[in-house]
Amino acid sequence: MARITAGVGCSHVPAIGVAMDTGITDEPYWQPVFDGFKKSREWMKQQNPDVIFLVYNDHCTAFDASCIPTFALGCAAEFTPADEGWGPRPVPVVKNHQKLASHIAQSLVLDEFDITIMNEMEVDHGLTVPLSVMYGEVPQDGEWPALVIPLAVNVVQYPAPTGNRCYNLGKAIRRAIDAYDEDLNVMIFGTGGMSHQLQYKRAGLINADWDNRFLDMMANDPVAASQIKHVEYLRETGSEGIEMVMWLVMRGALDEKVTEVHRHYHVPASNTAVGHIILENHD
Amino acid sequence: MADRSDKPYEDIPGTFVFDADRSREGYHLNQFCISLRLQKNREAFNAGEEAYLDKYPMTAEQREAVLKRDWNRLLELGGNIYYTSKLAANDGINFQNLAGLMTGMGVEAYRDMMLHGGRPIEGNRSKSEWEEE
Ligand SMILES: [Fe+2]
Repeated sequence: MARITAGVGCSHVPAIGVAMDTGITDEPYWQPVFDGFKKSREWMKQQNPDVIFLVYNDHCTAFDASCIPTFALGCAAEFTPADEGWGPRPVPVVKNHQKLASHIAQSLVLDEFDITIMNEMEVDHGLTVPLSVMYGEVPQDGEWPALVIPLAVNVVQYPAPTGNRCYNLGKAIRRAIDAYDEDLNVMIFGTGGMSHQLQYKRAGLINADWDNRFLDMMANDPVAASQIKHVEYLRETGSEGIEMVMWLVMRGALDEKVTEVHRHYHVPASNTAVGHIILENHD
Repeated sequence: MADRSDKPYEDIPGTFVFDADRSREGYHLNQFCISLRLQKNREAFNAGEEAYLDKYPMTAEQREAVLKRDWNRLLELGGNIYYTSKLAANDGINFQNLAGLMTGMGVEAYRDMMLHGGRPIEGNRSKSEWEEE
């Protein structure tokens, strides 16, 4: 049977992708960002997942304002890295486990989570940067070591889905994967955040105390985290900090009690607080 | 402008929450901005901005803010940062430098603030803490 072995929370700052793509990760500015992923890359090699269920948001790249699905599940055979305005990232095409993705789509709708199905979709830094930081550099003509099922969440137009909804969706994803009859090691990534505001006069807001409490809750008290209201994210963590609701999808798909394997927090990467946590299921 | 008094997030200083009202106001502006994510559209826009903008039925104010690259005005008129950043990218301005412009701090001072832990939350939660708003 397929099983979810671990969850990863991870920022997906576009500048981190640029730093990797231009080979400047050893510069003093970037070194502390990437040092925190050394252990993660070793861990990924050991764990070697077959499939990554990757929760992220599109940043007005594949989705324009004409259609704004709250939850969109990638069911295409593959996903091409998108041109976001400065040329596509030089990373491999992302390949799906298409049968598992369509199984999850069916299971979620029958479980009363009415997701949107995407049979054509390009993916932006929200999806490719987490893969890059967790795997390290992969040449464009190479292959990502795992298949990837993308779930794009609307966090651009208010309101994003509530943290509670995301947490419960995670549980439904867990039920779907648990019921899939192929022996697969599946990981789930929740990406985005942590505190950051990209826009207007309050741009640059960082709230390290809040972020670290959130990381604690991810490890030990996800139900409390699931009850955080939108206005708290917006006020306390910046207008773009609302991305953190996506970590709750990941957390909902894990056991209630998990083992924290690794944590990393660093300010800044461009405008953003970089947060990262690895949580393992027990069984 | 729609009445925003029933929106708890309107009290957050220096921030636009991109809700349905803003999305409606900014629709054509944002659709113009996202068109610039493709190389062929960037080339067409750069070859003649006025003619390219004719394809998007935005308001005269929005159009003027685009032509003037008035980044804050674009947000005030319903633009969203993920869209306006595509116009900035076309001009060679990344997210961090765009923030330097929007905050009025300038690129160097903004970058320096980020290197020292960013803008603190204390004093930045509510409009009542900001003198100007
Ligand atoms: Fe993001």
